[in-house]
Amino acid sequence: MTEQNMVTLTIDDEKVTVPAGTSVMHAAEKVGIKVPRLCYHPRLSVEGACRVCIVELKGSRNFIASCATPVQEGMEVITTSPSIREARRDIVELILDNHPKECQTCERDGNCELQRLAYAMGVRERHFEGKRKNYDNDLSGAGVIRIPNKCVLCQRCVRVCEEVQGVTALSQTHRGFDTVVMPAFNLPFAESVCTYCGQCINVCPTAAFLEKDSTRALFKAISNPEMTVIAQFAPSVRAAVGEGFGLEPGISMEGQMVTALRKLGVDVVFDTQFSADLTIMEEAHEFIHRLTNGGVLPMITSCSAAWMKYIEQFHPSILANVSTCKSPMSMMSAVTKSFYAKKMNLDPDKIFNVAVMCCTAKKYEAARPELYGDNGKPYTDAVITTREFVWMVKAQGIDFINLKKSEPDSALGFSSGAGAIFGTTGGVMEAALRTAYEKITGESLAEINFNAVRGMKGIKEAEVNIGGNIVKVAVAHGLANAKTLMKQVEEGVSPYHFIEVMGCPGGCIGGGGQPYAGSNSIPLDTAILEKRAQALYNIDEKKVIRKSHENPEIQRLYKEFLGAPLSEVAHKYLHTHYKQHFPQGI
Amino acid sequence: MDVSNKEKFTLSSELIEYIDSCKQQAHFKSFLINVLQRIQDIHGYLPQCLMEETALRLGVPTAKVYGVATFYHMFRLEPQGKHTINICLGTACYVKGAQRVLDAFKSHLNIDIDETTEDLMFTLKAARCVGTCGLAPVVMIDNDVYAKVTPEDVLTIITKYRQS
Amino acid sequence: MNTKGILQRYFEFKEQSLSRLRQQGYFDRCKIQVGSATCENASGAEAVYREFDKMIKASGRTDILLHKTGCTGHCSSEPIVGVFKPGEIPVKYGEVTAQKAFEIFTSHVQGHSGPVVDMILDKKTDRLYRNEFIFCGRGSQCEGANDKLAAVFQEKLNQRGLGDQVKIGSGVCLGLCAEQGTPVSPACFVFPERIFYGNIQESDLDEIIDSHIEKRQLVSRLEVSFDKIHNHFFDHYGDVEYFNHQLRLTLKNCGVIDPESIDEYIYYRGFEAAAKVFENDTAETIIDKILKSGLRGRGGGGYPTGFKWRNTYLAKGDEKFIVCNADEGDPGAFMDRSMLEGDPFSIIEGMLIGGFTINAKKGYIYIRAEYPLAIKRLENAITLAREFGFLGDNILGSGYSFDIELRLGAGAFVCGEETALIHSIEGLRGMPRPRPPYPSVSGLWGCPTMINNVETLANVPVIMLDGPQWFASIGTQNSKGTKVFALAGKINQTGLVEVPMGTTLRDIIFKNGGGIKNNKKFKAVQTGGPSGGCLPEQFLDTIVDYDSLTQAGSIMGSGGMIVLDEDDCMVDIAKFFLDFTQNESCGKCTPCREGTMRMLEILQRITEGKGTMDDLTKLERLGNLIKRASLCGLGQTAPNPVLSTLRHFRDEYVEHITNKRCPAHRCQNLLRYNINPDKCVGCTACARVCPVRCISGSPKKVHEIDQQKCIKCGMCYETCKFDAIDKL
Repeated sequence: MTEQNMVTLTIDDEKVTVPAGTSVMHAAEKVGIKVPRLCYHPRLSVEGACRVCIVELKGSRNFIASCATPVQEGMEVITTSPSIREARRDIVELILDNHPKECQTCERDGNCELQRLAYAMGVRERHFEGKRKNYDNDLSGAGVIRIPNKCVLCQRCVRVCEEVQGVTALSQTHRGFDTVVMPAFNLPFAESVCTYCGQCINVCPTAAFLEKDSTRALFKAISNPEMTVIAQFAPSVRAAVGEGFGLEPGISMEGQMVTALRKLGVDVVFDTQFSADLTIMEEAHEFIHRLTNGGVLPMITSCSAAWMKYIEQFHPSILANVSTCKSPMSMMSAVTKSFYAKKMNLDPDKIFNVAVMCCTAKKYEAARPELYGDNGKPYTDAVITTREFVWMVKAQGIDFINLKKSEPDSALGFSSGAGAIFGTTGGVMEAALRTAYEKITGESLAEINFNAVRGMKGIKEAEVNIGGNIVKVAVAHGLANAKTLMKQVEEGVSPYHFIEVMGCPGGCIGGGGQPYAGSNSIPLDTAILEKRAQALYNIDEKKVIRKSHENPEIQRLYKEFLGAPLSEVAHKYLHTHYKQHFPQGI
Repeated sequence: MDVSNKEKFTLSSELIEYIDSCKQQAHFKSFLINVLQRIQDIHGYLPQCLMEETALRLGVPTAKVYGVATFYHMFRLEPQGKHTINICLGTACYVKGAQRVLDAFKSHLNIDIDETTEDLMFTLKAARCVGTCGLAPVVMIDNDVYAKVTPEDVLTIITKYRQS
Repeated sequence: MNTKGILQRYFEFKEQSLSRLRQQGYFDRCKIQVGSATCENASGAEAVYREFDKMIKASGRTDILLHKTGCTGHCSSEPIVGVFKPGEIPVKYGEVTAQKAFEIFTSHVQGHSGPVVDMILDKKTDRLYRNEFIFCGRGSQCEGANDKLAAVFQEKLNQRGLGDQVKIGSGVCLGLCAEQGTPVSPACFVFPERIFYGNIQESDLDEIIDSHIEKRQLVSRLEVSFDKIHNHFFDHYGDVEYFNHQLRLTLKNCGVIDPESIDEYIYYRGFEAAAKVFENDTAETIIDKILKSGLRGRGGGGYPTGFKWRNTYLAKGDEKFIVCNADEGDPGAFMDRSMLEGDPFSIIEGMLIGGFTINAKKGYIYIRAEYPLAIKRLENAITLAREFGFLGDNILGSGYSFDIELRLGAGAFVCGEETALIHSIEGLRGMPRPRPPYPSVSGLWGCPTMINNVETLANVPVIMLDGPQWFASIGTQNSKGTKVFALAGKINQTGLVEVPMGTTLRDIIFKNGGGIKNNKKFKAVQTGGPSGGCLPEQFLDTIVDYDSLTQAGSIMGSGGMIVLDEDDCMVDIAKFFLDFTQNESCGKCTPCREGTMRMLEILQRITEGKGTMDDLTKLERLGNLIKRASLCGLGQTAPNPVLSTLRHFRDEYVEHITNKRCPAHRCQNLLRYNINPDKCVGCTACARVCPVRCISGSPKKVHEIDQQKCIKCGMCYETCKFDAIDKL
């Protein structure tokens, strides 16, 4: 690498030297100034639209947007002055003047970037109020709903949907004061290419996007004495839920979660990490089967709900490559209403399966007719996101942080370390390789960690020597990265045998249902994702059993109910099929 | 949405040929606006199904196509009248009484700006300066320019089109 | 690359063009020239053309050439017809109809009774003069000397009884005085011979009268040759005051050539500049010339064109583009349209030279789809240029290849902003992005892209042919050359005028534009379109150049100039322009999207009599915010019409607010119609026309208006024959 050119400039009378190409905003951070901002997001292209981050540049009559202006040698920047303060205040007021005055009843009350900004800029009164936008809410989406009146047109959702997810379900439409972000033809979300990944919710500074509410259904089920409410919670939820209560990222709150679910009135608490182990059993064997019997390769994982909707819409020609395994959530729900119901002598219709997920797309997955039971009803009755869980806990006055830890219920509650790492990108691959390796070779794995598939790089590749055969694998997270790999598959040039895809950046830990970024953090911040991932790797490290096939509860399930992986019973409850979905993605 | 907008069209073979020829060139997605203009030339507006087909053929996400179609004033998303009446409200026309001419059209046709008469004969539009300020106030009907129009002329003009 | 022989090849081409024109009789037949442009056609030029065609055929004459040409810019008198009989003073007729065409044909063309004097353009004359002497120099340092000489000449002519046979006129400085080494001032142009006399002394005047006027013998010792590119326009129109008060560099061919004939363009030295440049210049020398000429962007920004060319030339990139910005969208500005319709080849030549400089293989013209005729003419011109080898591979054997593609705008004013324009060409929503990077570094598809306005490009061949020094001698210290203005509003002669930079607003409005319509009082002139400002009477002596207009609180903009009289309400005008920009805001940045709406709401309140004094403070606060904080030029200039009227016409705002009165009687909600009982005769006419039937009174009794019901439409006011209704 060549030595980068350095540029020296003055910010608020302080000299600072930064690499050429740095924005004035980032240069200012070096001198202790965090210029107020709104539309800027470090993972997205620069928009320069909100104008909140304006600063003064000596020699320029107009303000400049510090996010969009690269430093220049000798530049003299002033980040604050009476006129900048007034301008920023007025800009934020202008945004507020076209925003509903519903803060107290808004879901993001207390968690809203606009609110925080308005406070910080000192908008204590309104000078310019007038006409306000007035659009209908779009509640059609199974996972994500849209509240256009709360949109501040920062375009983060449009950018994340296109740049990170490659979905482009959203665009700005119309223009000027009438600009609205919406799907094509203003059709309901349900009729769009939206995958319900929920990244728009994550990056939205306000409440223009929200998950579809499932808390009401859950509260209703809990208060129904006839119902047995069985909860499961995803690996990634425990790694992030603490943030919803003001804790630092990266602290696992597994034990508190179990206690809290019980306090909420849930009858049985299982762990999705258990069914993750189950998924690995099926998926690893499916992979071995394909590999040794000339099946369709590369095999592609199928546990991410947004990913499944994506591939059905965007790459329908390669659906045969996708593993037929259901997701861990759906496997768990199918098993509770079959195996567990039978074992405990429960009427499956009287079981209410709730899944606490990091994910908004799981709400859509739960409602997929392909995943219904024989009774024509869904196996999973409700999916609540981490955020919804946090709210319910708060609503019940449960002192989450200080709760005693407890263990999930047995039968479907015990998990291996492989199940835990499912929640981060590369985790499924690593877990599957641990099992596949031992099943193929019959030998015990010497090095259990597959570091090549860990980390936040968008596309990771590895070669694994399994009994003399080189198996090439790839891992992608974020749908735009997946698109790159899928184009290869479509064109028949994919060099891989096995591909893991997670719809969200970072995998499930970066899911669209995770807690909102706190006042000092940024949604989708890679550093936070890394901490959440580390929490899961720590769980894995601490476990005695770190391979799915060694999980005794898994072994018992096969013995008592499923028989063997890929058996007929396993197929009935744990596998599914796919078909092209419309509208076709582009 | 208008019922007629649900009519199913497919792109004509000429348009498909045009799109294919665009795809031979560098930066072919940049031809989106040209393709939409051609669709509108044929159909008078942009039917949703044709925007979808264009999106697929050109490889531009449908949401983007819709974003473009709603950005530019010229594109219409609803069927239009046989004749489009554009009242210039540019500065020169405005100061010479274009508003009153517009009002006259509105009352005679019984429609507002951007609306179409029930018989699909006329669509009324307010135009920005059409660049013939010496003739203000100006009314453009399709490609014909009417100069120095007074409110009194309006009925005569409308009748002329109704009869032809 | 071997550059030798390019010019020679060009002249061989030109010879072929000339011989084709000769065959048509272009040089020796009687020519009837009919304007053909959007505006001309709108006023009936096509019917006039058909009429002449019919009559020529009926007459059986084969020595008459019926010729189409672009718009001269004399909009208020269109359609314009020129009759050019060899050896006679060219006669231009205005507001010609099919009926008048018949008269012109029989009387003038057929020669039965000579020119139809009372139809002559501008009607400044009741006769056809034997000779016309147009002294040059208005607006130059030699104005005084020329004026003095002209006065003496007139005196002498009067003394000899020739005063009514010979016309003395004065024209704009034609740049003769700036001729290197050999200044020829005082000088004049003489019709019908179309020659120049230069270095004229008082003592020469008698000889001119004796020899030239009396004996029709030229005074050859005074003859000077003048081969500046704009001469041929003067040749055709120099006798018409509207035109000889202009200096036509970019509009030189508009109204002269048939815009669909490449031969005619070549005859008037078309593509000569490109050929010269290809043979003699390198990118560096071209850029040097553009820099020396002092040319600045004519689209509004006024950025030095040479810098732009140099930056794009120096930018790294395998592929580069040149773009002609023809997305003319300012309400009231139509110079680009006129240029593209009347002289499309000039733009192509300008782009060719620009493309050659930065080594672009491809150029785009981004043009409004609302300009169908301009598009048609450009398409035709591009096709012809390709056929003749001025576009395509290895142009004129230079080894340089270049082609041009048209891209149509779809109705978005903001696409005039260069980054928005780039997005639009790329097929995206035409929304601007922050700069830097500037397009010269990263434009179309990330490649270095040079974007020039139509009028800027039209100047390029002129600079290359007549030299940057000569070009730089026209205009002011920091604004060189000429500027085309589109005069509109309450002015007698609406239309396009091209004048040297540095001309005063007063001269443009009262000399070029013929003053205010209906002898009303001048109130303000709005320059620069929706991005500009309104200047009141005390600014009339402001000279037009980039800096002076900015200093006065307005801008040059693309050259729209709208004249307002005492009947115009400045609050209403400000609201009109803000309504325009608010409507055209792309919606990307907060200040422009939200702020313009709030300003508009405030203005709406004020014009409805619901404003408060606090609203004025808010307007200023928002205006300054939008100006300083918006992302692009549209937003940064959107408040100008409001801020400038607040500055110069604050009283009018205050009057609306405190007295709920619109002094110009424009703001409908503030109007009040009263029937004057002393004048009302009870004719009932008002009551009959009132659309809401709010006027009561029986016949022959005084009528009364119900103020509650009145919608202030003004129908009664206009109908009353007894002047009995007062508008308050």
